[in-house]
Amino acid sequence: MKPVLLIDFGSTYTKVTAVDVEQGVLLGTADSYTTVESDIGEGLNNALAKLHSKTGELEYQARYACSSAAGGLKMITSGLVPELTAEAARQASLGAGAKVLKVFSFQLTEDDLEEIRAIRPDIFLLVGGTDGGNTECILHNARMLASIDFDFPVIIAGNRTAARECERILAGHEVHVTENVMPKFGVLNIEPARKKIREIFLGRIIRAKGLSKAAEVISGILMPTPSAVMKAMRLLAEGCEGEEGIGDLIAVDVGGATTDIYSMADGMPQDASTVYKGLPEPYDKRTVEGDIGMRYSVRGIVDAAGITRISRLSGLKPARCEELIGLISSSTDMIPEPGSDLEKLDFALASMAIETAVARHAGTMEETYTLMGLTYVQSGKDLRQVRQVIVTGGSLIRTSRTGEIAAHALASAANPMSLRPLKADIRVDRKYILAAMGLLSEYYPVTALRLMKKELEYDGYSEQTNS
Amino acid sequence: MKKKVLVIGVIGADVHAVGNRILYHAFTEAGFEVINLGVMVSQEEYIAAAIESAADAIVVSSLYGQGELDCRGMREKCDEAGLKGIPLVVGGNIVIGKQKFEDVEKRFKAMGFDRAFPPGTTPETTIEALRELLGMEEEA
Repeated sequence: MKPVLLIDFGSTYTKVTAVDVEQGVLLGTADSYTTVESDIGEGLNNALAKLHSKTGELEYQARYACSSAAGGLKMITSGLVPELTAEAARQASLGAGAKVLKVFSFQLTEDDLEEIRAIRPDIFLLVGGTDGGNTECILHNARMLASIDFDFPVIIAGNRTAARECERILAGHEVHVTENVMPKFGVLNIEPARKKIREIFLGRIIRAKGLSKAAEVISGILMPTPSAVMKAMRLLAEGCEGEEGIGDLIAVDVGGATTDIYSMADGMPQDASTVYKGLPEPYDKRTVEGDIGMRYSVRGIVDAAGITRISRLSGLKPARCEELIGLISSSTDMIPEPGSDLEKLDFALASMAIETAVARHAGTMEETYTLMGLTYVQSGKDLRQVRQVIVTGGSLIRTSRTGEIAAHALASAANPMSLRPLKADIRVDRKYILAAMGLLSEYYPVTALRLMKKELEYDGYSEQTNS
Repeated sequence: MKKKVLVIGVIGADVHAVGNRILYHAFTEAGFEVINLGVMVSQEEYIAAAIESAADAIVVSSLYGQGELDCRGMREKCDEAGLKGIPLVVGGNIVIGKQKFEDVEKRFKAMGFDRAFPPGTTPETTIEALRELLGMEEEA
């Protein structure tokens, strides 16, 4: 049986992974610098040439691809109450692998319309109201949208009572109606909206992103790259028929501009004395920290962690840290030499990126004294019992101190209210295969799962406690 | 005919869960659609739930004696949030100590609550009051 080729069209790199599905062996991986402007096919050919120089010439039975090229899948959402339907819309979009550029709540204003026009999203997700609940807001927002010129598709996933009327208001545009993201108060129903987003991505975005040429050479499943990673992580956690998963997990992808966090865990209160507050969060939750990244967003890490901690962790003087940070925020393609100051700084930055991003992703616990004694109030997911942490991203793959950096994802005495894992095994995606495995899992889940268990465990399996 | 929607819950740092469950079942049985926020509910949570669900009334329970403090400013917040005129109902052990309930009721009415109920009120009494408040008497 011929091997399968998995392609990840990134914004700067095209990555290819070849898998022998019969033997369940990773044949090789390679990447090549690309820009959409040049030609996405060229990047693919270069990456393939690199791959074949290692593996020898290969012929493929199928080529599957995911893409985050041209800025990824840009979305804007609008809901009613910020913590309720607007949050549900954000969760749905993030879960579908989108880059959420703006979340509006309550009624859209003329200024908001200006912003929408300027951003020109790939998809607009319009929600608001529980089924049978508020219709005023979503109808108003549909009318506001209809008053401007736009060419992006709109998904309506709000109060079903108002859905058809919204569709009529937006007649003449590409409109898709699907189930409410919050049909009943406090009930999250984001899968139908996620599915709709992925469908539109397939049908429309590919063309708009200059990927149609690439679409000719691939056999199928184009999805946003984060969506592929999400699939891989879900498979790794839950397992599939014929192969067991590794259980609840957190995955962290520290990039140059953003940091993505995935958690596969129920996360609801573990005992009766804990009261849960706020919207329940999905089992498969993804968050993106747009201000946390190793190069373009290095300032965000400094703002969150403070220069003192970065200086202490890196062992460099604050002034030296500042100097280097200034350098890397403008020369974003700098990669540290072994033993250099930059390597020390990157260690501190990656540690703080993980700590900040996981703390924002995880829930929090508050202690409250009531007349009945001490009570705990939980908001967000309780990840304390999660025992697996998977890390990926250049700064974690290249370093030998992965385990030390990744330990910052764990609970710490300095922030006891943050519900992060108490201890965990750290696994590294040293070959950058997560997205590829997500793609492979569509047709060969057992192979994808076995490969992940093998490849993720292979490098740097360690238990860390960070007390 | 569309069911009337009630948002219910126990306000403040109050964790009395039993009465809340009883009310949930009684109101549901009586034909209301009930959004139950459970215990330790803040004013903002009632209001957010009422906005999304276009609720017809908010029913606040308080069992631990701090109800008066917890309920202060709720009517004004509803007004701010665009829930002008939404019926607000409160009941339970809403104040501490031996006080004449007429005085207590007067104070809660001055705070903008439409009805206030003393300890020992049966669900039936509240349901009747809600039907009256929401103009449902003909169908009952």
